[in-house]
Amino acid sequence: MQKLDYLKETPSQTAGPYVHIGLAPGAAGFDIYARELGWDIAGPNARGERIRVEGVVIDGTGSPIKDVMLEAWQANADGIYAHPEHPGEVEEGFRGWGRVITDFETGEWGFDTVKPGPVPGRSGSLMAPHINLWIVARGINLGLNTRVYFGDEAEANADDPVLNLIEWERRRQTLIAHRVERDGQAVYRFDIKVQGEDETVFFDI
Amino acid sequence: MKPGEFYQRDRRWHPPALDRDYKTSVTRSPQYAPISLQNSMSEITGPVFGHGDIAPGDNDLILNYAQSGESPIGERIIVHGRVLDENARPVPNTLVEIWQANAGGRYRHKKDTYLAPIDPNFGGCGRVLSDENGYYFFRTVKPGAYPWRNWVNDWRPAHIHVSVFGSGFAQRLITQMYFEGDPLIATCPIVNTIKDKAAIGQLITPLDRNATIPLDAIAYKFDIVLRGRRSTLFENRLEGN
Repeated sequence: MQKLDYLKETPSQTAGPYVHIGLAPGAAGFDIYARELGWDIAGPNARGERIRVEGVVIDGTGSPIKDVMLEAWQANADGIYAHPEHPGEVEEGFRGWGRVITDFETGEWGFDTVKPGPVPGRSGSLMAPHINLWIVARGINLGLNTRVYFGDEAEANADDPVLNLIEWERRRQTLIAHRVERDGQAVYRFDIKVQGEDETVFFDI
Repeated sequence: MKPGEFYQRDRRWHPPALDRDYKTSVTRSPQYAPISLQNSMSEITGPVFGHGDIAPGDNDLILNYAQSGESPIGERIIVHGRVLDENARPVPNTLVEIWQANAGGRYRHKKDTYLAPIDPNFGGCGRVLSDENGYYFFRTVKPGAYPWRNWVNDWRPAHIHVSVFGSGFAQRLITQMYFEGDPLIATCPIVNTIKDKAAIGQLITPLDRNATIPLDAIAYKFDIVLRGRRSTLFENRLEGN
């Protein structure tokens, strides 16, 4: 028999406790790069509503994890990703990608962005507005993928093909961020439970 | 033909979420199965980086934090290789970021309290974009082994952390590379979260004498493989036509 000549993907290893040195050295305690990456997701020209998304990442004992790095990937307010394979244009300076670390004392994380629009799904469907998250930390052997959906998009969420893949309605709720107003700004709370009661839904993408 | 979805990730090749010998994973591993998604635009796209994002010397860890005229203590090494996909095609213009301990096994991090000293001339991080052939290289010093709190006498083999993007968010990967001949590899609980010996072998970089710079720096080669993509032969339903 002939052999398939595919290569194997490089296996993952944990990001460890010192991920900040490489990806956010300012947080590790030193200044090295002229510009750290991922702090400005939407840029100054982005259309749409300015929002903040924040939360904590909670472990199986119910405690916040304080050495997490999260990356966000999202479309703009028109539902377009800043990528050559997505037809359409995004605003000058809109990247749709961000990187955030949790506070060493509290485990809180948060980022400022714009609320994304609905994005084309498979087979002509439309996906409800969402932000894709990738979560790494010490003790996480392969980065965890999840999605932030928005609590004030109930109608779109009800039709979302990905949320509807989740058999258990109760578990779908783990992906819905709840909106509050704080000092005139829209803030969405999205706590992530990596293990335990109401464990967040993670995706194998 | 048009590139479509990424090949399914082989989760038996990657480490499982839970490994009791790596204690921190016990409370940080999801207990439910992940929900498997066929790729949509959210997964096949991902951030794009350019030369405006980084500086030319960011991949030289010997100089990027050293005081003028000085350099860090340690064995001078080159780490180089290609970023490929599972179809063996180069992944060009992708961001590769690394971080590591210094030659004594100490990290420049406010949470690292190991008694080995900080090197005033070593930051410990670097970044570079792969070129049009997927090629990348770094210059650094070989990191030292260090003890860590897991079982009471566990030691990490010398390693460099590596972060890679690829072209789509589904390819995002963080891993660690090790060095040929290091006796600590075999007993490391983090290495051994990977269950397939051949997969572990993919993280152990061989000494590459052909790339060694005589009288200057010794080289190790680390090829990185990201998920490959399907070509859509007969239909492309991804975008909904």
